[in-house]
Parts: sequence; structure tokens; C-alpha cells
Amino acid sequence: MKLAESSRPAPRPRSVVLWPLAGLCLLVLLNAVINPAFLKITLLDGHLYGVPVDILVQGSRTLLVALGMTLVIATGGVDLSVGSVVAIAGGVCAVLLQSGHGLGLTLTLAVLAGMAAGTVNGILVARLGLQPIVATLILMVAGRGVAQLLVDGQVIIITSAPFEYLANGFLAGLPVAPLWVGACYVATHLILRHSALGLFVEAVGDNERASRFAGLAASRIKALAYVFCGTCAGLAGILTAANIRAADAYRAGENMELDAIFAVVVGGTALSGGRFVILGTAVGALLIQTLTTTMYNLGVPPAIAPVPKAALIIGVALLQSDRVSRWITGLLRQRGDT
Amino acid sequence: MKAQARRLQRHLPLLVTAGIFVLLFGAASVAYEGFLSLRTLTSLLTDNAFLGIAAVGMTLVIFSGGIDLSVGAVIGFTSIFTATLIERTQVPPGVAWVLALAAGTAMGGGMGALIHFYRLPPFLITLAGLFLARGAAFWINTESVGIGHAVYNRLSAFEVPVGPASLTAGAVVLLAVLVLGYGLAHHTRLGRTLLAMGGSEQSALLMGLPIGAAKVGVYALNGFCGALAGIVATLYTGSGNPSMGVGLELDAIAIVVIGGTLLTGGRGHLVGTILGILIFGTIQAAILFDGRLSSWWMRIVVGGLLLAFVLLQRLLLGRRRT
Repeated sequence: MKLAESSRPAPRPRSVVLWPLAGLCLLVLLNAVINPAFLKITLLDGHLYGVPVDILVQGSRTLLVALGMTLVIATGGVDLSVGSVVAIAGGVCAVLLQSGHGLGLTLTLAVLAGMAAGTVNGILVARLGLQPIVATLILMVAGRGVAQLLVDGQVIIITSAPFEYLANGFLAGLPVAPLWVGACYVATHLILRHSALGLFVEAVGDNERASRFAGLAASRIKALAYVFCGTCAGLAGILTAANIRAADAYRAGENMELDAIFAVVVGGTALSGGRFVILGTAVGALLIQTLTTTMYNLGVPPAIAPVPKAALIIGVALLQSDRVSRWITGLLRQRGDT
Repeated sequence: MKAQARRLQRHLPLLVTAGIFVLLFGAASVAYEGFLSLRTLTSLLTDNAFLGIAAVGMTLVIFSGGIDLSVGAVIGFTSIFTATLIERTQVPPGVAWVLALAAGTAMGGGMGALIHFYRLPPFLITLAGLFLARGAAFWINTESVGIGHAVYNRLSAFEVPVGPASLTAGAVVLLAVLVLGYGLAHHTRLGRTLLAMGGSEQSALLMGLPIGAAKVGVYALNGFCGALAGIVATLYTGSGNPSMGVGLELDAIAIVVIGGTLLTGGRGHLVGTILGILIFGTIQAAILFDGRLSSWWMRIVVGGLLLAFVLLQRLLLGRRRT
């Protein structure tokens, strides 16, 4: 029975994306009915403005973190430290810009900081064989301390205009943040799905031992997934700092790991690993952001916003569970018989 | 001889934890004048009462191979729930407590049932629980509510003298929970079932152990502990606050790991958790005593300790496996 369950072929990614996409469409429709101005996009000074544009801009950070998280979860792990890494990268940016360093150096070092954090996680998980939750919990706890140490517990204001452009600027009338985050998605998709790399990641997540026997450098692939996730978190840190024009070591990236995991799971990537859907993650992340925006529009206090999120997580988890899917197929079959 | 050696090895993480506590406390006593006193120790219990209670529940959940990320949020919910009931609806504190404990237990049990019956990952479900409880807390009230009931005034004045120092009501509750938790974990059938389940759920099931009841039970119990911790938090601060206990689940997990309990489940000791609470409290007290060290050093030191302990466990287990 156990064997039969695990050898069941995984559902095709295409059908997996349909669910969150349907959810997103439903949510957008609901918004459009309640508030007809929701879908209105205006051109102001040659820039696009409107709620959908706002959702894309505000959702960019979650999109980035969720992209890295997708690969980590595909290897059967999880990275809890992304929120702290976001805070660290933001701190690095603020400190360097404040002391008058160039934008190029600042961005490079911020990304490198994220990469370094990811490497630490990768070594702990892949080399030392620690449980991903524990290994990344260490950096999650210590990382926020490091970020606060970096900025000396202050909120550092960033005044660099080119730096702010990365998050709030416009390119040919289009908001720049979703553009480059989207480019990251396309690049990742091309690299993973148009080479064997994506398959390797899924193989390691499905059965690490078997993939090793098949000749894959399983632990290296696993470690690389964490490095990639750290890098994404570093980029998201830059985006966060640029968006609010400050480095806030206390609040930056807070609960971001939860949103990212949530986006990945809603997007159809199994938490048990072995399968990933990059497009699904993008849809999942946008779904969350739309949900948040919807609640703002409905006048729900932001503090209560977690409740519908929780309901959605439980619903999605139930839909993914074997017991419920058996029950549903049984129900459908019954109806087919009569 | 051999049995003795094995016994020693099994308790090695515990001994290391105890050694680190003595070392830390000793170092702090040498470095800071007036640190070495009974008062430091009792205030350590008072200041970490609700964290300690949460850590005991967390230990049991981790024994079973699960994890509960919702405790911090449950504490926040209970805190504001109790305060609002007492202050706004004039419910006597006793009734409010019973209602809060029932709510916490029901929520824990519900999560446990989802985890057990639908085989959902505990990580994900308790994450949803975190969102739910935190959202519900802010739904009740977004501001903190002060409690001015006579019972609360009496309880905050309550003290058990211990030599020159004294224990507050919160510390007494913590000590009771520690004793009860120890008994439950190591001297009852439920405790053994939890450990067996954490070791290998399949084997435990084949042995005929009541897996379902134990799993739902341990999450319900942790919900109870979370609610109790929330009530103690209202005693400690004299108010209810919906943002109480943000991120506390991580501290609780850190304490459990520092206490030498394996996060994969199946191995551990509640005495380790007690030592973990003491270590955590000592670091906090030392940073407070110093005054020059900023609060974020706490996070870094705890992270470092976590790393050291996890590596130590790895070392011991790795040797055992070969």
C-alpha cells in the first residue's frame, strides 16, 4: 500500500498550475465585482499605475524569495533563514551606501552576503546532514542578530536615487522591479528545464539515495539549491531596502519565509520534495499579494490578514493529501456509476 | 561496564548541557559582581516562566517527531483573550482562564487531528495555526489591555519566600509544569509512546501503540501549555497583548535542542529542556547585567549554541551509526 502510493506518478505540472491560477482569477474577479476600479490601469506621466501594477511591485519581494524556496523545497528541504538573510542584505546595502561606496560594489556585496548565508545552510544540510529545519533555524535566529549588529540597531535611511530605482523605478513606462524579478524567473526556468539540472534537483528530492546510486552528486546539488535560495533572499533584501529606502533590521523580511513557503506550496510544489513548478510558485506568490491587497481594499485591518491565509494553507494542504483526493475521486466515480 | 558506558553515552548530551550551564553561570558570576545569588536564579525563573512552559510542551511534541510553530501565536491569543474577557465582559478570572485553556487545547487538538488523520506535515499545519491564532488575537483587539482585577493584584503580590529571594506565581507555575512534564514524559505510558513514535512511527504502530490518540493528544497538550503560558504572561505583564510571544516558538525550539533532544524525535530528556531554559535565562541575565552588550547579541549567542549542539548531536549519532 505504501509502495503503491509512492510509485503513483506525480500529477503533471500543467494541471497543477491550474488550481492556483483559478484561485487567482477568482480573487481578481471578486475584487473587480466589489470595486470596479480594481482592474483600472492608468497612464500617468508615461508610467503605468493601478492596483494590478501595485500588486506586481509589492509582490516582487515574495516572488524572489519564493523562487529560491521552490528549489530548496524541491530537494525535500526548507529554508527558514530567508527573512533574516533579507535583513542582512538590506543592512549591508545601507551601511555601504552610507559610507559612500559605489552602487556596483554595494549590490555585489549584498548578493554575496546572501550567497554566503546560503552556503552556510548548504554545508550544514548537505555536508553535515542536518535536518533542514534545524540547520536553517540556526541562521534564522542568529542572522537577525547579525543584521542588527551590522546597522547597530538603528534604522538607516538610504538616500541613493539609483538604488531606489531598483524597486520603485519605471522602465519604458513599466515598473522595473517586476521586470527584473520576472527575468530571474525566466532565466531560472530556462536553466533548469532546458538542461538536465531541473531533473537532477527533482531526483535528489524524490530519493536522495537512489539519485546518488544513479551517479548524481546529490549533496552538491542540494547545497547549490540552498546557495541559490540565499542568493535570491539577498536580492530580495536589496529590493526591500530599496522599496522602503531604509534598512530596518528588526522588521525587514519578517515572516517572509512563511509567505515564501506558502507561495511554493500553493503553487503545487510538494513539501515532501521531488517536484517543482516554477510557474506555480509565481502564481502562488501573486495570489498571496492579491489576497493581502484585497483585504486592504475591503478595509480589513492588516493584523487580521493572516486568518484567510491560514484558511487557504489548510485548504490547499487538504487538497494535496491522499485521503482527501481518494475521497474526491471516490465521489466522482460514484456519480459516474449512477 | 559496557552497559554503564552506553548509559554514559546516552546521557552525554545531557551532561554536556549541564556542564555548559555551570560554565556559563560560573563565568557570569566571575565577570559580574552580584550575579551569583539566589535572586538571580529566582528572577531567571520568573522572567522565563512562559517561555519555559511553552518549551516543556514543545519538548513533548518534538519527542513524537513533530513540531509546533503555533505556540507563540497561541500565547498572544490567550493573553488578549483572557484580558478582554476579564476587563471588557467582567468574567471572573477563573472562568476566563478555563475558557482560554479550553480554547488552546481545542486548537492544538484540531491541528493534531489534521496532522494525524490527513497525514499532513506538522510544519505546514502548525504554520497555518500560527497565522490563525495571531490573526484571531488581533481580531479581538489590536491594542494591549491592562488587567486591574483584584485577583490579579493579589496574584502579582503573591510570593513564596526562598531564603533571601522569593518565587513569583509565574515561577511557581513553571516549576509545577516542569515536574508534571517530567513525570509525563518519563514515567507514563503516553511519554513512552511519544518517544517510540518519534523513533519509528511504523514500528510503534506495529507494536500496537495508540499512535492516533498520542499524536492528537500531544498537540492538544501543547495547545494547553501554550494557553497556560499565555495566562502566565498576563500575570507577568499585568496586561493582555495580542503581539505577545512573537517568534517565541523559535526560542522554545532552540531551548529544546540545546537541552539535547533530537529534533527528529525519539530521543531526548525533559531534564535537558530544564537545563536549556536555565542556559537561555543565564545568557539573557548576563547580557542584562553587562548593560554594554546590545540585545542582539542574545540572538547571535543562542544561534551559536544551537549550532554547537546540533553538531555535537551529529558527532555522537554519527559515531553510533558506524
